Amino acid sequence: MSNFKEFSKGLIKENPNLVGLLGMCPTLAVTTQAVNGIGMGLATTFVLVGSNIVISLLRNVIPKTVKLPCYIVIIAGFVTLISFLLHGFIPSLYDALGTFLNLITVNCIILGRAEMFACKNKVIPSALDGLGMGLGFTLSLFLMGSVREILGSASWMGIKIPGMQPMSVFVMSAGGFFVLGCIIALVNKISGKKPPKKIGCAGCPNAENCASAKGGQE
Amino acid sequence: MKEILIIMLSAVFVDNFVLSKFMGICPFLGVSKKLSSSLGMGAAVIFVMVCATCVTYPVYSLILEPNGLEYLNTVAFILIIALFVQLVEIMLKKVMPPLYNALGVYLPLITTNCAVLGVTLLNIDNGYTFVQSIANAFFAGVGFTLALILFSGVRSKLETADIPETFKGIPSTLIAASIVSLSFMAFSGLIK
Repeated sequence: MSNFKEFSKGLIKENPNLVGLLGMCPTLAVTTQAVNGIGMGLATTFVLVGSNIVISLLRNVIPKTVKLPCYIVIIAGFVTLISFLLHGFIPSLYDALGTFLNLITVNCIILGRAEMFACKNKVIPSALDGLGMGLGFTLSLFLMGSVREILGSASWMGIKIPGMQPMSVFVMSAGGFFVLGCIIALVNKISGKKPPKKIGCAGCPNAENCASAKGGQE
Repeated sequence: MKEILIIMLSAVFVDNFVLSKFMGICPFLGVSKKLSSSLGMGAAVIFVMVCATCVTYPVYSLILEPNGLEYLNTVAFILIIALFVQLVEIMLKKVMPPLYNALGVYLPLITTNCAVLGVTLLNIDNGYTFVQSIANAFFAGVGFTLALILFSGVRSKLETADIPETFKGIPSTLIAASIVSLSFMAFSGLIK
């Protein structure tokens, strides 16, 4: 039962993207189409589950002082793996995601989960946590992608919507910021919470390790 | 020379890293509250981008490429950047304490800034020469700084604005970013 909780919390309640406000760069960059959003989300999920499992297995081996470089290398290894797989099996998605596939390495969701969860918990809960968080991220990317594709190119999942004029500003960068802002406002409205004042550092799970979040003391 | 000029225009205005490539959104939204911190972060990013390119480009073309290990570029580059940020921090602390005091706070943040990894990877993808790569890294950093400085001005106005309750904080910041990004779209016809 508790295992199921680890899985389900990432989907909606602690959605890393819309509630945790992490991993903004890919959210804005690849969501011009719903399909790309799903692809990016699933690729991130793969890396997240893989790195969570490995980091959880090695949690007693990795020395505390060098844990950040160790985590980054493990994550980068999985990113290389998924980019090979996509290049081989789904080349169209590989081209659509471009550099952002490699930039999964520095996605703060992954490093954040390694830091917050995988380094303290056993393998199975860590894997489930990664899966839940990854699927939550996929869900929000899919939502973003759907809104932008429907408004911006008058189609959904590649199917044209008849009788609708595309507003191409929504597939451009300005539309990305706008849609994300509106979706976060909507999430706040529904959950009845006050939106967090700050983004990035303070909300980032790495804040503990990060000197700048603590005002310069290492 | 002409190519360098085109790289400059493209990196600073047309394909601005923050506003049209969406790299480095976290520091863009996190640090842009004050003008002084925007300047500090921008300077640190320019510095690390140029230094990281100076190291990653030779590593790629002299070590990875001749040995057929191109696929290791992500792993190698992120390690180099992580090492480099640490090194720069230690060196600055020792050699130039005033500069360290100004930039030091922002340095650890840069490891996970995707703009830095992004620029090193894009230099390779675009097939730039060494000099072009360094120019691209430098001007990408300048573009990042420009976006941060412009946006810090917008945000200081936003602080006092009367915004509906649900839009306060992040949503209004994102929508303001969207308007700033809209203004950068005017540059898009500059380079064919």
